[in-house]
Amino acid sequence: MTEAALSDLSVAALRAGDRAEFARLVDAASGPIYRLALKMLGDPQDAEDALQTTFLKVYQHLGEFEGRSSLSTWLYRIAANEALMLLRRRHPQLSLSDDGDDDLEYPAAQLTDWCCLPEEEFVSAEARTALDRAIQRLPEILRIVFVLRDIEDLSIQETAEALGLSEAAVKTRLLRARLRLRDDLSGYYSGRLEQRKQ
Amino acid sequence: MSHTHTPKCKSMLTSLSDYVDGTLSDELCQEIDRHLADCPDCTVMVDTLRKTVSIVHRCAEDEAQAPAPVRARLYKTLKLDDYIRH
Repeated sequence: MTEAALSDLSVAALRAGDRAEFARLVDAASGPIYRLALKMLGDPQDAEDALQTTFLKVYQHLGEFEGRSSLSTWLYRIAANEALMLLRRRHPQLSLSDDGDDDLEYPAAQLTDWCCLPEEEFVSAEARTALDRAIQRLPEILRIVFVLRDIEDLSIQETAEALGLSEAAVKTRLLRARLRLRDDLSGYYSGRLEQRKQ
Repeated sequence: MSHTHTPKCKSMLTSLSDYVDGTLSDELCQEIDRHLADCPDCTVMVDTLRKTVSIVHRCAEDEAQAPAPVRARLYKTLKLDDYIRH
């Protein structure tokens, strides 16, 4: 969900509690917010709970929206907080401020170039399952940055605003997430490459 | 192919996200380009990282809508049933 997708909404009407305008906001934003929740939580029922709670909170607090950030960033902030709160129920020790920033490690495993696979290999149902599993294996503090930046297409600055992190922290975590995901997917796609050779 | 990486390989790693996003300075970009020209393993690393990001973007585009029953229940919870678009 980009700000452009919400640009024809009237913030004044939303703040005034206009139900039809709120319905238009829900129509434009519910897909991306559900996607974020599903990627973060990995469970459709939990994602639906997060989606509903997010929009209940959005409606409740729209009158307080001051426009200091964009409307989309504000929505993502509420949704991210909701998803992280549900994750903290599972893992009470989870903290977004834990940096966990160890030294970057170059992959120890063998490097296989799997980019030459046919395009249909990258979008098959099996490949999507492999991708979803790899995303779920990312530590939560990396996953939320990755989901906002690479799945929801927020800028580094918007991701930092939504999560209350510095841009430097967002960049570091995004890189770690991408490298881990690349490593993880390399296992799957190298296997596909081997199978095609047989 | 096993990779015996040099300090240059490791220093490149820190700039990889900006490199694949096209947001790295020209100077650093050229430095990485020069390294990649001499390092086939790092080239594989960059290509597969770029492909990974591209796969994620493509799959995300296909998941932009919540399933219809999820949307219907959301509208009901928000008491917006009269406004739902099918």
